[in-house]
Amino acid sequence: MAIIEEQVQNNNIKLPDGSIEKTTTTLNLGPTHPATHGVFQNILEVDGERIVSAEQTIGYIHRAFEKIAERRPLYQITPLTDRLNYCSSPLNNMGWHMTCEKLLGIKTPKRVDYLRVIIMELARISDHLICNSIMIVDAGGFTPFLYLMEYRELIYEIYEEICGSRLTTNIGRIGGFERNFNSTVWGKLEKFLREYPKALKEFEALTQRNRIVMDRCIGSGPISAERALNYGFTGPNLRAAGVDYDVRVHTPYSSYEDFDFNIPVGTTGDCYDRYLVRNGEMWESLKIINQAYQKIQQFKGADAEIFHADAPDYYLPEKADVYTSMEALIYHFKIVMGETEIPKGEVYHSVEGANGELGFYLISDGGRTPYRLHFRRPCFIYYQAYSEMTKGAMISDAIIVMSSLNLIAGEMDA
Amino acid sequence: MTNETIQQKIQDKFGESVRGFETPYGMLTFEIAADKNIELLQYLYDEPDLAFRFLTDVTVVHYPDDKGRELAIVYHLHNLVDNVRFRFKCFIDINKPEINSATVLFESANWQEREAYDFYGVIFKGHPNLKRIMNVEEMDYFPMRKEFPLEDQSRTDKDDEMFGRGGSVN
Repeated sequence: MAIIEEQVQNNNIKLPDGSIEKTTTTLNLGPTHPATHGVFQNILEVDGERIVSAEQTIGYIHRAFEKIAERRPLYQITPLTDRLNYCSSPLNNMGWHMTCEKLLGIKTPKRVDYLRVIIMELARISDHLICNSIMIVDAGGFTPFLYLMEYRELIYEIYEEICGSRLTTNIGRIGGFERNFNSTVWGKLEKFLREYPKALKEFEALTQRNRIVMDRCIGSGPISAERALNYGFTGPNLRAAGVDYDVRVHTPYSSYEDFDFNIPVGTTGDCYDRYLVRNGEMWESLKIINQAYQKIQQFKGADAEIFHADAPDYYLPEKADVYTSMEALIYHFKIVMGETEIPKGEVYHSVEGANGELGFYLISDGGRTPYRLHFRRPCFIYYQAYSEMTKGAMISDAIIVMSSLNLIAGEMDA
Repeated sequence: MTNETIQQKIQDKFGESVRGFETPYGMLTFEIAADKNIELLQYLYDEPDLAFRFLTDVTVVHYPDDKGRELAIVYHLHNLVDNVRFRFKCFIDINKPEINSATVLFESANWQEREAYDFYGVIFKGHPNLKRIMNVEEMDYFPMRKEFPLEDQSRTDKDDEMFGRGGSVN
């Protein structure tokens, strides 16, 4: 109080008797701030440059997916999952297909699993490269971002060749893929595998030991392993704090047990560790894709043509068969109209999304649509820790912590 | 640690309060009296043989036909060391939708419980900041409850029984 009185006297400000001076400033960071990279708000109380407290407001793009899903047949829910983490839609799609397959008891062939692994790891790379390069943009370096974007384009061209779309992919079907990967896909994949490691190496050379990046990132927004677990962190952000939890290893799905890869972990859980973990994961993803590609090439004859499981109740028949055979026509209509009864059951399935454990909790009461579907969105859960992570930090740290957490508004708000 | 040992330990400790053990798709699932939820979470957290210290998910399911136990609060827990998961449920009356908050143990429960309150109106007692998170604060109903059909039932321009929208189809 004494300081305030002194300041008031020095500035010759006359305050009414009994008034209490507010010593902090309120700063609205968002909802449409360029550095939030999505629609969410942070109400920061700042004392000079220091953050006293931060309160997050989310829900600006809430689209009630869980409610909508209660009225849709399973295959129509896939486009909803696209729009969760839209930087890596295929991961969400695959997670959803696998949840359905678990409920329906569909066993996918090995080749389908490997194809899925390729797509999922490509999606992980595209997500991490965006997150890391955008973080560098927020630290003031625009070049690496523009440089790496070129390679995301290569990934998107691969999606495009398989499913026809790029950002919100709706890729794959329950039971497998909509079509086999053609030679263009493999050509593009080879091109990516050939060119991306060089670019990633250059990206690392530009940024990893860059003085500005290091000064901005090291020590900002740290979180201990214990607090991170308590806050429900998963994925790269938890691993940066030093916990080697990865759903791909703990509960392998889609034949991840067949692959040899490492889980990069950090120690302090600060922005720099998160950045390093993501970079490390990109290298591991490349390793997995290479292994999967080799495994796929070993399939010979009829096995090399398999791209979906035999699940006639859920997998659309060939169009040519629909026109010529009665059975295929019936299945076609039943599927398209959503008239297939889903068996009664309750299932939780999770995949390692780009941000962490992406879980699907699906309850069916035997009807044609889910009775209840809940998404465990990693981003939504760990964003709670933001106020604790930025307490006492500078405003500029608030920005970089936000970008290093990879907050995707679509995933947070569902 | 297997599902059977967890079940045995929990039955020994909580006796009559727990019931309905089953393992759909390999995940142990049971029900516990709603007033015992924090006691159970605390026990699972502290007991060295169990050590379920990661709260994966909290959510709510609405069963309007089950009178007196309409709302099910579902907790998913995970022991990261032994890699075991299970879920348990607490059923509460929709006219008195109150349950103790898990925020005393897990920070991650904070927003998940706010979401549950926002959509289903479950009051989490002891929650530090129980207000709506996704919807506007002026909203006076809980939209994920089953009595709210997905599409506006007053609309007539979309009536099409064949495609399952509008009309009498919920």
